[in-house]
Amino acid sequence: MHAVIPYVTAALLFGLGVYGVLRRRNAILVLMAVELMLNAVNLILVTAGTLSGGVFALFVIVLAAAEVGVGLAIILQYYRMRAAVHVDEVVLHHEPEAG
Amino acid sequence: MTADVLTPLLPGVPLLMGLAGLLLPPGDGLRARRRSAALLGVTGAALALLITVVLLVVVDEPVEVTYRWVSFGDLPVTLGFALGPAALYVALAVSVVALFVQIYSIEYLHRDRRYAPYAAQISLFTGAMLLVVAADDLILLLVGWEVMGACSYLLIGHDRRLPEAPAAAVKAFVVTRVGDVGFLLGIAWLGTAAGSFRISDIIAHVGAPTTALLLVLAGVAGKSAQFPLHTWLPDAMAGPTPISALIHAATMVAAGVYVVFRLFPLFAGSPGALAVLGVMAAVTLLLGALSATAQDDIKRVLAWSTVSQIGYMTGALAVGSPAAALFHLLTHAAFKALLFLAAGAVIHAAGTNLMSRMGGLRKPMPVTFWSFVVGLGALAGVPPLAGFWSKENVLVAAAHATEGDGPAPAWVGWVVWVAALAGVAITAWYATRLLLRTFFGFPRARAEQWSVGFDDASYEVYEEPEPHDPPGLMRWPVVLLAVPAALLGLAAFLPAFRAALELDEPHLEVAIVLPLVLLVLGAGSSWWLWRAAPGVDPAKALGRLRPLFAAGFRLDDLQDRFLVRPVRALAQGVRLTDERVVDAAVEGTGTSTTRLGAVLAAAHRAALPRAAVAVFTGALVLGVVAAIYGATS
Repeated sequence: MHAVIPYVTAALLFGLGVYGVLRRRNAILVLMAVELMLNAVNLILVTAGTLSGGVFALFVIVLAAAEVGVGLAIILQYYRMRAAVHVDEVVLHHEPEAG
Repeated sequence: MTADVLTPLLPGVPLLMGLAGLLLPPGDGLRARRRSAALLGVTGAALALLITVVLLVVVDEPVEVTYRWVSFGDLPVTLGFALGPAALYVALAVSVVALFVQIYSIEYLHRDRRYAPYAAQISLFTGAMLLVVAADDLILLLVGWEVMGACSYLLIGHDRRLPEAPAAAVKAFVVTRVGDVGFLLGIAWLGTAAGSFRISDIIAHVGAPTTALLLVLAGVAGKSAQFPLHTWLPDAMAGPTPISALIHAATMVAAGVYVVFRLFPLFAGSPGALAVLGVMAAVTLLLGALSATAQDDIKRVLAWSTVSQIGYMTGALAVGSPAAALFHLLTHAAFKALLFLAAGAVIHAAGTNLMSRMGGLRKPMPVTFWSFVVGLGALAGVPPLAGFWSKENVLVAAAHATEGDGPAPAWVGWVVWVAALAGVAITAWYATRLLLRTFFGFPRARAEQWSVGFDDASYEVYEEPEPHDPPGLMRWPVVLLAVPAALLGLAAFLPAFRAALELDEPHLEVAIVLPLVLLVLGAGSSWWLWRAAPGVDPAKALGRLRPLFAAGFRLDDLQDRFLVRPVRALAQGVRLTDERVVDAAVEGTGTSTTRLGAVLAAAHRAALPRAAVAVFTGALVLGVVAAIYGATS
């Protein structure tokens, strides 16, 4: 009993997500790519697991919802401050306050 | 019963009065405040005197009171007091001088803004000395000893307007402290060797180690201004004149001699310690006397004469005659207090300390003049004044010791005897010089720029142009002190007094001719020099030695060169080591950690794409590794 199709689909989805995270500059699209990866994992959990796999999948869905909520809020705030959502332009080189 | 109660009160009353006086606000010219301060001070000294007199009358046997205080391990420390008859006479001298100094100071410092703490500190000083006199426990004695050190520091530095006063106070404190280190070690040694700190137990414990006694002698040399720790005493003249009287006559310098007197049975068993004491005494005696010959400051002459006279006392102790030492201590207390208080009157009137600016004061100040004659006569040892009898006792004791049957080696007797005889002539010389320079000759005009030096009464100068005898509160202590200075020596004929001090009967033999001849020689040569060239300092005859004597044989410079500077250099080195090595190591650890942290933080700071690549690469590597391992195992 080999469920080849769900595994292959999950692998493709995950690869798609990785590609999106690595290549996309738009923060919202990066978030969407992360969702893709999570869903790929969900698919594997549901396919491979018995009852516990489904429970894990539910957990992941809840966490993903929360993560998207927080992530979108941060992006929105950042957009209001800088009018931009490009992740590679976020300045990280502020010197720490002297003290 | 009375004695048991009164004995702790003897040092207790002045100490309590002093502590109460310190609570008073410093009297900034308000009469009421000054009056309460003066009242506390005089009451403390007067009560101490009263208690001493009552004890002298009531008590026949030595009093001993002992309370248990604390234990150091199995060493008990007691709150013990013991007053023998000899100690009572010392206490009498202390309280009489303290009382006169307190009364005298009321007038002498009548414009001083800090009179209240001054009077309180005198009370503390007196109480501490009485504690030393009355203590039967070395730890208790040490307490009094150290309180005296602190009080001398405070009182010498009393006049803050004088540039040299703070330095002199610090010097007095530090120099005596150097000796006190030895003293503390010495009494710790004696106490542990005897298993008790009670003096009676320690004396009963025979065979004290000579090293411990030498350590005690170091403390004695510091407090009693013995060579080589005598350098603080002449500088201590920066203090007010009554304080000099107190320090020189009754308290500070007498304490060291008194301690050796108390512990004398131990010293008698150790010829080595006595030899050191004798050499120290002879050097101090001659050094003090010679330095006194060339001083121009009247108080410094007296200060160096104290150094020399204390040399007589320690010399008497060294040749095994504590009674002669104590007798000289008592007569010295009388005439030196008289001399200093009278010198205060002279300074008060002349507005300067320098003898080169005095002269012709005999006519306007007859009372002071005659007091000075009595005091200087007693100092030089003119019969029948006090100093003659006590000095004769010392000389006889030294002459006996040359036979070598005493506790000290014979050569120590010779050294002390020769030094003491030479001292007689030199003392007569400088005493005559002081008298002639100050009171005879022509009065010299005074001008404003003359009020320099150690003149702690310079604010008197401008208002009272004519020198005159001091007012009553200053005159009466001087006049009353002239009585014991003249007559105390005759007390040697009283059997009760002799028994108290265990003194030999004075015997006027041929032996007293030699000191008398030397006395006449010294005084006569000084007079002849002055007579040959009136108005010229007889010290000019010293020629090239004069600056050397005036500088006290340059021992200050020597100490500066060989002690102070090396210690300073060492301290500088230690400080630099601390700053450059210890501190730098600690701070270097801190800064290098911070820098390392900054480097790591910079490495962690990456934009999201790079961070994500790093995460995925890491995950990939881990996955590959896991797969390979999973495949192989």
